[in-house]
Formats: sequence, C-alpha cells, structure tokens
Amino acid sequence: MFFHWLEKNPFFFASAISIVISFAGLIEIVPNFAKAARPLVDMKPRTVLELAGKNVYIKDNCLSCHSQMIRPFKSETDRYGDYSLSGEYAYDRPFLWGSKRTGPDLHRIGNYRTTDWHEAHMLNPPAIVPGSIMPAYKHQFTNLADIETAYAEAVTVKNAFHTPYGSEFKSTRAAWDAHRPKVLADAKAIADDMKSQEVKDAIAKGEVPEVVALIAYLNSLK
Amino acid sequence: MQSNAALEYDYSLAKKFTYTTILFGILGMVVGTLIAAQMAFPELNYLLGEYGTFSRLRPVHTNTVIFGFTVSAIFATWFYLGQRVLKVSMAESKFLMVVGNLQFWLYFIGALVATVSLLLGSSQSHEYAQYEWPFDLVIVVVWVLWGVGMMGLIGIRREKALYISVWYYLACFLGVSMLYLFNNMAIPTYFATDGLGDILHSVSMYSGTNDALVQWWYGHNAVAFAFTVPIIGMIYYFLPKESGQAIYSYKLSLLSFWGLMFVYLWAGSHHLLWSTVPDWMQTMGSAFSIVLILPSWGSAINMLLTMKGEWNQLTDNPLIKFMVLSSTFYMLSTIEGPIQAIRSVNAIAHFTDWIPGHVHDGVLGWVAFMSMASIFHMAPRMFKRELYSKKLMEAQFWLQTTAVVLYFTSMWIAGITQGMMWRAVDEYGNLMYSFIDTVAVLHPYYTIRAVAGVLYLTGFLMFAYNIYKTMTAGRELTEEPQFRTPMA
Repeated sequence: MFFHWLEKNPFFFASAISIVISFAGLIEIVPNFAKAARPLVDMKPRTVLELAGKNVYIKDNCLSCHSQMIRPFKSETDRYGDYSLSGEYAYDRPFLWGSKRTGPDLHRIGNYRTTDWHEAHMLNPPAIVPGSIMPAYKHQFTNLADIETAYAEAVTVKNAFHTPYGSEFKSTRAAWDAHRPKVLADAKAIADDMKSQEVKDAIAKGEVPEVVALIAYLNSLK
Repeated sequence: MQSNAALEYDYSLAKKFTYTTILFGILGMVVGTLIAAQMAFPELNYLLGEYGTFSRLRPVHTNTVIFGFTVSAIFATWFYLGQRVLKVSMAESKFLMVVGNLQFWLYFIGALVATVSLLLGSSQSHEYAQYEWPFDLVIVVVWVLWGVGMMGLIGIRREKALYISVWYYLACFLGVSMLYLFNNMAIPTYFATDGLGDILHSVSMYSGTNDALVQWWYGHNAVAFAFTVPIIGMIYYFLPKESGQAIYSYKLSLLSFWGLMFVYLWAGSHHLLWSTVPDWMQTMGSAFSIVLILPSWGSAINMLLTMKGEWNQLTDNPLIKFMVLSSTFYMLSTIEGPIQAIRSVNAIAHFTDWIPGHVHDGVLGWVAFMSMASIFHMAPRMFKRELYSKKLMEAQFWLQTTAVVLYFTSMWIAGITQGMMWRAVDEYGNLMYSFIDTVAVLHPYYTIRAVAGVLYLTGFLMFAYNIYKTMTAGRELTEEPQFRTPMA
C-alpha cells in the first residue's frame, strides 16, 4: 500500500506534506496579489508625522481593542461612516484592521473627532466617555515620537515599493535634516489646537511628543 | 522485546523543556488573568505604568502562551516520545545532543528577551507575529535546529515505519516554517537607509488587503500547526500508552491526517469575512471551514473509540480523564469554529468576545489539558518516581474544567449580546445603542471570565506543585511503569 511505503520513507513523506499544505496559499492568495495592492486614484501616502503616529498606534497596540474595518452593513455605516474599500489600505504596511472591537472602529475617526477631543480623551477616557474601560495613555504626553524612524520608513517604502513620496525623500542623513523642519511644522499645527503646556514646550524645543504624532495619524483616518 | 528493554533513553532535553513549559505557562497565565481582570476593572491598567496597560500586555500573554508554553510542551514531548517511537536514544549521537542543547538555550534566552521587547512596545503588529525582525531570526534558527535534530533522529532510527505521532510533529515543523517565513517578510528600515532611525524597526513586504490575507493565512494556521497538529501527535502517543489500548482505526488516522493537511490552510480567510478581501476568497474560507469538521472530528472520534470497552479507566485514572476531556473540548472547538465561519453568524460574532471565547475553549480545554496530561505521564518515567498526589490531580481537574466552562459560556453570552446590540435598530431604523452601552453591559461577563482565569491559574499552579513534589518527594520507582502511570 502506498501509505505504508510513504511511512518508511521520511524524505518523501515530508515532501508530500509540503506539497499538500502549499496548495491553499498558492490558489487563494497569489492570484489576486497585484490587484489588491492597487491604491485608490489620487491617494496620497501618509506624511512622516502621520507615519510616526501610526508607529505609536502600533507601539501602544491600539489595535488590540480597535478595528479599522467598516463592514458593508447599514448598522456599521450608520455608526462609523462609509464602508471600507481595499484601495484605501494600499499604503498601509502593516495593515491595521484589528480583530476585536472592545472599543469602536476608528477607520474614519478623523471625520468626527478633533485634536482637542483626542487630547482630553487620551488623558482620561472615562471623563469624556462615562463608563469607558479604556486606560489613560498619559505617557504619550512625555514620551517622544520617533520621527527619524518614520522618515526612514517613508524612504524605505518609496525605494522598495514605489510608494509615491516626493523626490526629496532620500536615504541620506542630510535629506532627513532637510525634511525635519516640515515634520516639526506639521507637529506645531497639531499642538496649536492642544491645551497641554508640556506639549507646547516640547514642540518649541524641536521635540515631538507621541500624542501629537498619534493625533496627526488619527486625524488622517477619514 | 529484549532490545527495547536494553535501550536507555536520554531525557535531559525533555526535562529542560518541561521546566520551561511550566515556567512560561505560569507567566502567560498570570498575564492572561491580569488582562482579563483589567477588562472588568480598568484601574488594574495602572499597576506597571506604561508597561501595564491591557494593550501592551495582550501580546505578552498571547506570545508567551504560544511560543513559550505550547512550543515548550511540543519540544518536551518530542524529545520524550521521538526517541521512543523511533527506537533510538538521543545519547547515541553526540551531534544530536549538541544541537538539542543549543536549541534549548537559544530558545530560552531568545524567548525572555523577546518578551521584554514586547513590553517595551517593539512590535510588527501582526497578531502572534509581533516580534521584530532580530527575534524572528532567532526563532528561525531555533526552529531549524529543531528540524535538524528531528531529521537526524529519524535518520538513525531503528523502527523503520514512522508512527502517527511523528507524522504530526513533522507536519508541525514544516507547516510552521512555511507560515512563519512568509508572514514575517519585512525590510529593516535602518539598513534600507543610511542608518536612519531605530535599528529594530521594519516595514512589512505586503500592504493592506494583501498583508491581511497573508497574516490570517498565518494566524489561522499557526493555530493549526502549533495548537492542533502537534497536540494530536501527543494524544496519539500518550492515550494508547496510558490506557494500554491500541489506536481504534489506522484508516481513520490516515484520513484525518491528510485531510487536515489539505483542508486547514484554506480556512484562513474566514478571519476576513465581510472585509475588503474578494468575495470568492471569503467563500472558500467559509466552505473549507465546514469541511474541516471532518478531519478534526476524525481524530477526536478515533481517540474516543480507542477507549472502547475501557471506559472504566475514566473513573479511576485522572490522566485518562484529562485526555478524554481534552478530545471532547477539541470536538467542541472544531464545531464552534466552523459555525463562526458561516457568513451570517460571522456578521454577528466577528469583532466580539465570542472569538476569544472560542480560542480559549480550544487552548485551555484542549491544548493545555493535553500538554499537562503528557507531562503527568512523562514525569514518573523521566524522574523515576511515582506521581506525588492523585488527589491533587483530581482537584485540579475539576477546578480547571469549571474554569473553562465559565470562560466560554460567559464569552458566548458577551459576544452574542454585543453583536446583537451593535446592529439593533428601533422602529424608525435608527441605531438603538451608542457604543458605550454595549461596553457597559459586558461588565458581569468580564468579571466571570476573570474569575475563570483565577481558577484556571490556580489549577495550573497545583499542577506545577504536583510535578515539583514528584521530582523531589515522589516514591522512587525501581522499574519503568508500562502503561498506567503510578500515583500516590
């Protein structure tokens, strides 16, 4: 019998397993790959400040409780806005759909929440939403966002995947030094809408607290 | 027979991995219980400053129980049963011993450092693949070392035909290798630029919908090849050994094995129902999830029928209790999963607490029960001592069974309640509840779940204590027990 023979020949046994388990990925994932990577027409990639905010979102793992995927049901579009489209995620590396909604979906939060709302909410969620079980993220007001890494990420995706960042995005330190004031200007625009003196002082010193980057990112989710 | 008796197996690696199974088990379950309690009592988020929030600790919990507890148990049982079913001792090859020890120390140190990196917030954000690229490299090396050790042992075996358990461990090795490699493809940004930014940071090779597809092809099948496949390998060895019964059907084991290998991987896209993944992929995911009942129940039924005519053992051997209950939870979990993968059910269940509920009846009831039963069976043979206390095992069994039942029933209710409330509309078609209403209503269920966590953790500590006392104070055995494990 074939299987008795197979069981005595480990090499062929292992090869058989490898072949049998490869089918699914090849047939389900590969054919659609190029199509699914297409962005919406005229879609712009995130700014460096927004990327830094995305990295704060990942660092504090917001996606363990919040999704970014509005499903095509009336109850969801009523609550969160238009249902999500594949092309909207084309520049998201990694994807941040989440798998659990302990808190609400955030895919279009930029449409209905403002900088000052986020500032107050991150300091003390139950004060803004009574009954909220979300913890406060006070440390984001003192920790600094890593904008240099965010810039390195923008340059990397531009070179590796042709994400449409401008020609000024180069992999040298000089290019980063030239771009840095632009990031700080974006950060200042956010901080101007905030109340925290601590944050404003940091911005004045040329530093970007995590919460500023995070809010820039959340505001860009539309 | 006489050649078997002459063979002395080397259990040094099985012992080492048994210790890490217990260590990471305690660690992972303590964190799990804490984050369960945080959902009921949010003040508990502030115990450790920024490192103690639910969001930081959740990956610590999931990764510690997967890559710490479960993977340790897989290694421990492999280094025990691999030698026995292949009829060859590790000690016969210096090379295999060196590779095995290298694997252990690299694994142990790597796991500790990687856990700290998660606490610090270093993450690729892919679920169960959060570790950043340097840790991925360490994991790959550990895994390859295991593969080399496994192939080496198979290479020098005396028993020519590979026993069923070996099929499953081999599949675990191959499957996880493939999944882990493809899902962790990332470019370190530091090296892609002139040394800008954080050296640990990397960016995924896939974007958006593609990234989601690869991630859930991985996420679902990491469950398959780490939480299912090797655990079946364990039960195929330990149940017949403990009960003295032969496996009920060879054909059923063939069908279940190859069925599982082929079907499991298709089902990953059921994590992405109603998302922006193309409809045909979602439908494939749903359909194959239903088909998956066949090979899953095939294995479980094969186990239960192995006990045919010997059900009296269930009443007086707690080890048989653990194993039979774990097969039963496996059946429950593998019928529940396909139900959740039906589109209309998924529309309600997805994003709710029913999903962690489903995961936990599988991992607490099936994976952890079977891993503990395996260690209970191995301990007297590795340490040449009788198990310390049967009474403690009985108490542990009932405590943990109660915990699992409380866990999944509370999460079923929580999940379905929340799913229904999100979509409830009044007579004019307006949404009836604001989001916070659907959070407040869950408080009692979160409390029950936290209690379940405490009970399960207590049971696990009893297990750890029992093993510790077996090693140090169990009555010494003069010869190896053949079937039923001796216990005081």
